[in-house]
Amino acid sequence: MDMTETKSALSSVSADDARDRGGKAQPMLIARGLQKHFPITGGILNRTVARIRAVDGVSFTVMKGETLGVVGESGCGKSTLARLLMHLIPPDSGELIFDGEAVAAKDGLEVRDMRRLMQMVFQDSYSSLNPRMPVEDSIAYGQIVHGASNEAAKQAARALMEKVGLDPNLFGPRYPHELSGGQKQRINIARALVLEPRVVILDEAVSALDKSVEAQVLNLLRYLKDVFNLTYVFISHDLNVVQYVSDRVLVMYLGEVVEIGPVDKIYANPKHPYTAALLASRLSMNPDDRVNEPPLIGDPPNPINPPSGCRFRTRCEFAEKICEIETPALPQDVGPMGHACACHMFVAKSGHSKSIMHAAEDVTPSSPAESPS
Amino acid sequence: MTTETKTPLVSVRDLNVKFVSREATVNAVNDVSLTVQHGEVLCIIGESGSGKSVSMRALMRLLPERRAVISGKLAVDGQDVLALKGKELAAFRGGEAAMIFQEPMTALDPVYTVGHQIAETVRRHTGCSFEEGLARALELLELVKVPSAKRRLNAFPHELSGGLRQRAMIALALSCRPKLLLADEPTTALDATVQIQVLILMRKLQQELGMGMIFVTHDLGVAAEIADRVAVMYAGRIVETGTVQEVLTDPKHPYTKGMLSSTVHGNMRGQDIEAIPGSPPDLRALPTGCSFGPRCAFADSHCLEQLPPEVMLGNDRLARCFKVDAAPAAADAGSVPA
Ligand SMILES: Nc1ncnc2c1ncn2[C@@H]1O[C@H](COP(=O)(O)OP(=O)(O)OP(=O)(O)O)[C@@H](O)[C@H]1O
Ligand SMILES: Nc1ncnc2c1ncn2[C@@H]1O[C@H](COP(=O)(O)OP(=O)(O)OP(=O)(O)O)[C@@H](O)[C@H]1O
Ligand code: SF4
Ligand SMILES: [Mg+2]
Ligand SMILES: [Mg+2]
Repeated sequence: MDMTETKSALSSVSADDARDRGGKAQPMLIARGLQKHFPITGGILNRTVARIRAVDGVSFTVMKGETLGVVGESGCGKSTLARLLMHLIPPDSGELIFDGEAVAAKDGLEVRDMRRLMQMVFQDSYSSLNPRMPVEDSIAYGQIVHGASNEAAKQAARALMEKVGLDPNLFGPRYPHELSGGQKQRINIARALVLEPRVVILDEAVSALDKSVEAQVLNLLRYLKDVFNLTYVFISHDLNVVQYVSDRVLVMYLGEVVEIGPVDKIYANPKHPYTAALLASRLSMNPDDRVNEPPLIGDPPNPINPPSGCRFRTRCEFAEKICEIETPALPQDVGPMGHACACHMFVAKSGHSKSIMHAAEDVTPSSPAESPS
Repeated sequence: MTTETKTPLVSVRDLNVKFVSREATVNAVNDVSLTVQHGEVLCIIGESGSGKSVSMRALMRLLPERRAVISGKLAVDGQDVLALKGKELAAFRGGEAAMIFQEPMTALDPVYTVGHQIAETVRRHTGCSFEEGLARALELLELVKVPSAKRRLNAFPHELSGGLRQRAMIALALSCRPKLLLADEPTTALDATVQIQVLILMRKLQQELGMGMIFVTHDLGVAAEIADRVAVMYAGRIVETGTVQEVLTDPKHPYTKGMLSSTVHGNMRGQDIEAIPGSPPDLRALPTGCSFGPRCAFADSHCLEQLPPEVMLGNDRLARCFKVDAAPAAADAGSVPA
């Protein structure tokens, strides 16, 4: 009954949002086959000598009002994915559908309009605020650019400062260097909310904060999500934080999605060997419960020349011949709330010696909650 | 403390470090005392700016002499660290005591190969030949489990992945068989799957080599994984010490309790986290009373006016707080009024 648990975290999300175009069941965001390769140039002619496959055919759905957590190790493409969603960089290929409308397509949603509806908060709260502007002006700026009067924008900024827990009289006139890291991150969050977005992408938004401050900001994000009926894409390498905030989790490895599903299923019963190893690498806070054997050996390989077949095979204890030859696909037919994983062990008759066993296992306990309605 | 016959490996008494400039004085480390026995791992836990790195740098005499005003007594294996000069100091650093950092490039020189750097260090400290140094370098890279160690001797630091670079730095630090290893967040920048490998490796090496280690971290999970004892720092002071079990499973100081309750774990989903309100004090203007007072749920006027004493809660176990009771009341000593 883990699905009901997942839902309860969202209970106060108002069901009817006037801005809803596609209806409640229409996913907030659909990404299909997103790809971004960065060329590496070299030589005298500055020719492309290699390509970093930062995001390589990524597809997923974000439902309205949910928090989708994105985890994976450094360099696996999380930030590139975020920038693709925001159209801060153009994808090489793939499409993005925002509440039923294709983004940047003919007759679709213009990037400019999409960016009002989708905002982003970064890890580096220092560089994203203008150092020469009082923070309340930084917050108001977004509305002014979009045509609001100075007065109205300032009012909105001050109201938002209250909402993020900063007294506008005390903190509004301050400059970024006069604020602590946690306070700056609150300002960044306020700034992201000023255009009344529907989706906020949080890219390591709490990672640079101390634990005691991180806890404050996480509480704030929970509160704001309810108040403003927000949908979050929450990117982090901190598996505990992701478990705490997410309804569903997407696991990336070397530019690809290796597993996606409801948070309880992923954490209680990870399918992909990489997800399992990642979770087993978490440190316990109990000294009597130490990890004595490392779950994985070695570092993640270079995304310039990823291994053939399954990209995880060089570190996977279950790797077999088929894993080298064929790339396991992420099943796309599990439904938006389903649990899918890209591993030959979970595909019937894939040629992996464990394939039937796992595939069968997978059929039996799959929860009835997965079929919509 | 108790009557100890053996000299401890590290003895720090009333360490104070101030950074003095024309504009302000930063009280980075205030009256810190700590002890590390031979073969023991002490973790210093604390948030950003609490003085962890400055304390370590003071122990290695790595602070800028002109700006940092250091007072107190620092002894490593009976040697008065603050009295070391010239050659003695050079022999001490990297000899008896070695340090590793979060960012390996602060310790590794980008223009020399890993093998060259280790060999050179060994040669300098032991007076052996460069070739003998290289042989030792290979031994060390194998010891820290660098795959294809022989080939990696000839690698430049930038040619290695993050995890391997960290291992190379550990190898360099171990090259002269230090008695004391100071580790300043060496795994913080690593990915989860790599961090656990390095932690397990470090614990194993520490035990096999019988080294003492001070390991700085802000991550309670890392402390749980590697520490024998823990010291919790807040605003330049040690506010609680004890064994890792004592501190992490039965914290006494309100700050330690707050740190534990504000650390997120999965089964808290759907409910607010018990966060500590506010943020740490400005080290240029510390509060007169308890530095945690302004954020503490238990604080009364006394706490805000006077510096709380170090209350002994047991052998090597203390908390700096008015609201904890001293040892004799053993059973629920220090249970802070809830
Ligand atoms: N503008 C760019 N030009 C070239 N390569 C890039 C660019 N941006 C990212 N990359 C590369 O693409 C890969 C994915 O990077 P990305 O920043 O998306 O990773 P990430 O998952 O966010 O990592 P982290 O956890 O460290 O933030 C990396 O190898 C990175 O070096
Ligand atoms: N060279 C210096 N000059 C002036 N102030 C300094 C200097 N080095 C450190 N400080 C200050 O001393 C205080 C303690 O710093 P320290 O680096 O020890 O913190 P830390 O506990 O290691 O934090 P972190 O977890 O961020 O590494 C900080 O306020 C810092 O700004
Ligand atoms: S001394 Fe008082 S203010 Fe300081 S931590 Fe203890 S209870 Fe809180
Ligand atoms: Mg990133
Ligand atoms: Mg530090």
